[in-house]
Amino acid sequence: MIKLTKTSKKRIVKICIFFFAFSSFSALLIYAFSKNSVYFYTPTQIINKEAPVEKYIRIGGMVKKKSFKRKDNSLKVSFIIHDLDKSISVNYEGILPDLFAEGQGVVMTGRLINFNTFVADEVLAKHDENYMPPEVADMMKKKEDLKEKNDK
Amino acid sequence: MNISKIANLKFFYTKTEKIISFLSILTLFLFIAGIYWGLFVAPEDYLQGNSYRIMYIHVPAAWLSLQTYIFMAIAGFIALVWKIKIMEIASVQSASIGAFFTIIALVTGMIWGKPTWGTYWVWDARLTSELILLFLYIGVIVLYASFSDKRQAVKITSLLAIIGLVNIPIIHYSVEWWNTLHQGPTVTKFDKPSAHISMLLPLLYMFLVFNLYFITVIMKRIRLGIYMRERNSKWMKEYTND
Repeated sequence: MIKLTKTSKKRIVKICIFFFAFSSFSALLIYAFSKNSVYFYTPTQIINKEAPVEKYIRIGGMVKKKSFKRKDNSLKVSFIIHDLDKSISVNYEGILPDLFAEGQGVVMTGRLINFNTFVADEVLAKHDENYMPPEVADMMKKKEDLKEKNDK
Repeated sequence: MNISKIANLKFFYTKTEKIISFLSILTLFLFIAGIYWGLFVAPEDYLQGNSYRIMYIHVPAAWLSLQTYIFMAIAGFIALVWKIKIMEIASVQSASIGAFFTIIALVTGMIWGKPTWGTYWVWDARLTSELILLFLYIGVIVLYASFSDKRQAVKITSLLAIIGLVNIPIIHYSVEWWNTLHQGPTVTKFDKPSAHISMLLPLLYMFLVFNLYFITVIMKRIRLGIYMRERNSKWMKEYTND
């Protein structure tokens, strides 16, 4: 019953042309959009002045270890976020999500005061794709600490 | 048993009834076992504690929402080219199953997103493209319902299903192509999976159970589709009167 007759071949060709026309159309559309619509900027992009100042944008990165400071008796916090090598300081007043911690990823909405400082209105925690039991995490942390000690 | 026999509507309708009831019971038991495994046996996550356990529903549902779409498009393609009736029925009937999986994936994701990310919804590439998938499914369902000539309707819905295939790689690669709040893939990547084996196994198991669920429900729905199409035929009247 599934035979390649002349009519079925014609139909296949038609569908394929239709599909490829549509997919190239959407590929171009996505390509055009992805150039000027990013969900968030990274610290490197900001230091390279690719992000607009004083405009409502999102930035994302990792919270730098030992950079988190809270003002006494208030919700005002400040911390530094970084990607591989560049870092930006952040000011925020409000409630932080459960997963927020030093060393974790965050995505924030707000605006840049200058190319080094960001004032956040909303802080979201970005979760990574790693899942493991606490015991395994402990073991990995111990290994890392040992490695750090040995490096020193 | 050859393909043309299974594709025969009467053959499919009369021979699958028992298989479906067996599969339904099997799926139910395996599902309960999987839920127990995921909720009680699998260990806590080092960071998220217990809230990560929603992934045992969320992740298989999201995978199946893509898989069902590919099924719908391929069945639609075969229906368009070779005019095989059972494929027409299969393509249309899989739309509501796919929509169901998509809704499950979106809702469980939102429930998880609130405590973990701090928000129910963000318009990042992954969430948006998954929402578009839901609209594609709804589009197929609504288009099919709006035609009185059902064979004509299948031509249109199949074409929509094939066009919508473009969205599938976008959903899958969205987390790599763009900066998204949604995390990258844990399992479906070339590197080794980044979940511990004790958490990964129940996930893969649930994936198989969801597949079994899909097979059961699509067979059931194809039977329903055959009934709707053939209810006035002689053999159907004879069979249902028995």
